[in-house]
This record gives sequence, C-alpha cells and structure tokens, in this order.
Amino acid sequence: MKQYDVIVIGGGPAGIAAAVSANDENSKVLLIEREARLGGILKQCIHDGFGLIRFGEQLSGPEYAERYIKELNKRDIDVLTLSFVTKISKTKENLFYVHIVNKKGVDTFLTKALVLAMGCRERTSKQISIHGTRPSGVFTAGTAQHYTNLLGELPTKECVILGSGDIGLIMARRLTLEGARVIGVFEAKNTPSGLTRNIHQCLYDYNIPLHLSYTVTRIFGEDRLTAVEIMKVDENLKPIKNTEQIIKCDALILSVGLIPENEVAESLGVQLDNRTNGPVCDGQYMTLIDGVFSCGNALHVNDLVDYVSENAEQAGKNAARYVNSDRCLININSSDDFLYTVPQKLDINQNNSNVIVYFRSRKNREKTKFVISVDGKEFFSKKYSFLRPPEMERVEVDFNSFNLTKSSNIEFNLVNF
Amino acid sequence: MKELVCIVCPRSCKMKIEFQHGEIVVSGNGCKRGKSFAINETTQPKRTLCSTVKTNYKEVPVLPVRVSGEIPKDKIFDVMKQISTVVVTEPISCGDIIIEDVLSLGVNVIATSSILKEIIKENG
Repeated sequence: MKQYDVIVIGGGPAGIAAAVSANDENSKVLLIEREARLGGILKQCIHDGFGLIRFGEQLSGPEYAERYIKELNKRDIDVLTLSFVTKISKTKENLFYVHIVNKKGVDTFLTKALVLAMGCRERTSKQISIHGTRPSGVFTAGTAQHYTNLLGELPTKECVILGSGDIGLIMARRLTLEGARVIGVFEAKNTPSGLTRNIHQCLYDYNIPLHLSYTVTRIFGEDRLTAVEIMKVDENLKPIKNTEQIIKCDALILSVGLIPENEVAESLGVQLDNRTNGPVCDGQYMTLIDGVFSCGNALHVNDLVDYVSENAEQAGKNAARYVNSDRCLININSSDDFLYTVPQKLDINQNNSNVIVYFRSRKNREKTKFVISVDGKEFFSKKYSFLRPPEMERVEVDFNSFNLTKSSNIEFNLVNF
Repeated sequence: MKELVCIVCPRSCKMKIEFQHGEIVVSGNGCKRGKSFAINETTQPKRTLCSTVKTNYKEVPVLPVRVSGEIPKDKIFDVMKQISTVVVTEPISCGDIIIEDVLSLGVNVIATSSILKEIIKENG
C-alpha cells in the first residue's frame, strides 16, 4: 500500500494550493480529484476579477487555475483524477486509510495527515420550498454556467433569477451577453447577497432589475417551465397575500446560497460549526480530529479565490508539519454580531503568532471596530468604515502576544465607534 | 455631485464625484485605482469583457476568452458580435490572440485557457 505524508482531497484552487505548499515542506503528497481535470469551479468561471490580491491582476478563472496547476506540475506531487474517495478510516496508530474508486478499480492509501478541500455545493430547488410542477428549466446558477461556459449551450432565452448570490449575478450578465433576456433578479431578503460591485457591473450595467423582498412561490409548466409566480415577502420572509404576479419565462435560475461540502468530514466524525457549515478548526486550520485539516470553501464559503489559496497554503503547510502531539484547545467566543468567525478555537501548544482570522458581520454596519479581548481586557482592534455580510473580512493576529493560558477567555466583538 | 460604487475590487467603495472649477474631485475612494475608475466613469466608462468562442474540438466545444484591456462600455455588444463569429481550429494556448485589435479599439481578444493544447497532448 502506498503511503503518503499528506493526502489532499479535492483538486480545485484550495486543493492545488494545499498540495503545493505541503510539497514545499518536503512531504510526499497525493492529490485526489473526482473530475477529469484540475481547477474545480474555476474552469467554468470565465469572468475576470480573480487574482487581484495574489497577482495584482484581473484574471479569469481558468487563467488563475492554470497558474496554480503549472506550479503543481513543476513539483513531484502524485495526482489522481477521475478518482472518487469512498471512505476514510483512522488506524490505531493515528494514520488514515483513504479508500478510492476509479477506472482501474478500488485502491487504498495510507497517510499521516489529510487536507479536506472539497469546496462547496449550491443549494438546490429541493432545499427551498417552491410550489407547483417540476418541469425542466430549473437550474442552479452554477449549472447554467456549466451549460453556457463549458458546453457552449444557452440554457434559457428568457429567465427569472431567484437569489442575489454572486454566481447568479455573474450569470445574469453572462446570459444577457449571449442574447438571453434576464427579466429580473428576485431576492427575498431586503439586502443583496452578492458583492456590491457585482450588483453594479452585472445588473445595473445591463439594465437588469433587482427586486428586493420578493420571492418565487410557484412554478408552472409541464415538460418545460412556462412561468413562475412571484410574491412580495414581509420582514420575516413570509409571502404577503394578494401580491402574486405571474411572469412568463422558460427558466428559473437559482442563486440561493452555498453550503460547504463535508460529507467525508462528517463520516470521520469531524465536528461542524453551524454558523459556517464547515469544520470547527484551530489557528492551524486543523479540525477537531487530529491530523485532519480543512481549507477553502469546504471550511467556510469565501467570496474571493485569493483568500481560498492563501488559507489552503497555510493548511497544506501545517498538514505537512503535523506531528501527533497533545493539543490544548481553547474556545474563541464570537458575539452574535458576527455571521461567523474562523478559526473557532486556538491550540495554545502551537505557534499562533500569525493566525489569519476570517469573519463576516451579520448586518450592514458603519464605523465598526473589530475587537479581540482576553478575560475582558482588549488586546487587539481594527477599525472598519463599513462592514457588509457579503464581504468577508480578513485580519492577521499575533495571539502569542496575548500570553494565553488554557483558562483564557477569548472574545471577538464588533463595537461601533 | 454624483454617487458611484467602485467596481475595481470587492471593497465596493461608495464614492462621491464633484465638479469644482472644471475639475473632477473624487472622495470616498479607498485607493488610487478607485479615483481613476471614478474619473473614467464620468468621462468615458470602460469595462472588461469575458466570453467564449466556438471551437471545432468535440471535447472542448467552447474556449474562454477575454479582452486584453478595457473597452468602452457602449462597445460591449459590438465586440460580442465579433467574438461570436470566431471558430478556433488550432490547439492554441492561454494568452494567444483570437482577434487582433478588435474593432480598432486597441485591444486584442485573447484565449484564457490552454485546455485545447493539453487535450491534444493527452490524446497524443
């Protein structure tokens, strides 16, 4: 049986960056990808805007992916594509068996450390209750993107988009450029979910209306979708009676949220955080199962691939350096003003001099201070002129300087200034 | 006075544009790029454009492309029309020119993936 120091699962931007950085720490690395090609979702993200932070350039998704694949190919890293991980189990010696299936049959590998980089999935129509028939013509934005950008087939001539997530906004522009008509983007919340710049450059630039506090309540059509019913919703997102409108269209495109992919993690017993839907991790991005690291969109849904790469590089490096030793984990208690914060814990036996903290505010806020306090005393703060839930924030923190002990109470707060 | 949201980076700064003594004064921008975006936006709005072109390779029916630099916003659909006429018949690489100096706008339409070359290599 082949043995590795680090096995990375998932060959998207996170997995590639993790494999490269683990290899740079002189470990023997295997990268496992279920699709035929590396690059993950970037393969179909043909729009630009990737790499502004990493490379100072506005690259398209495929360009960004190919830069990292080039780095991967320069190194002695084993890569298995068209290979699916079926099961992972832990040995008594704290190693992991990774069972896979591919064209050649089944195989098993042994590894000291694992990096989970499976990315995230789109929430589907089955996860949001819409009444009516079940015709063809209901797509997630990612599926519409796959049809348009990889297969070269336009999935709609006239559509309604439900949800204002970034992929939905990007697809509103893309479909318009290809000659389809996007009747409107309908968002149940009273603020958009996607980045403000995407509202402007994808919708307003093309005169696509954004309707806040509206949702789709019914689908019509037998073989193919022929219309949808939309309704206004109240502040509790409940449809308001007598606000029904029927809109004729041939497709409903959903951009209603992303969920970190953690089936394999859960089968291993990795504890998830119900705020991020990803694993609870420490400052090294190690989950609560020793030797199992998580990164990228599997850890929490990022809005920039640049941050995915950065976080995955750290996870890969830490996985390569991993030696089984006692951990002393203390909680990071973040207030309800946050949608989430990552990491959720710190291992005070580790060097935490340069921990990257990611957070999202629960609400739109102006003039806000991000404050870290230990046992009630403020140790770190950073001011923001505004915070918005769709825009993730990133801060580097030297937790070593806080002289933490196992009884330290770390609190993250947002306060107005 | 005009209000504008910067689209250069995800910070999406809210900017104000004022005209003082014939000069454009920008405030609220977080960086230099925001200022030049605001000035361009008031004089001649420009955008990048990304799309795909058809190929005659069965495994890769379309290849991603983009313009090598920004183009006037009102020329986007004209450039799309040019892009839609192209069929790639050679295994070109990322960065290769697909349409040179498209509509005499001073920018090229370039491929943004080397997937065709890779597939040819893999298939021998």
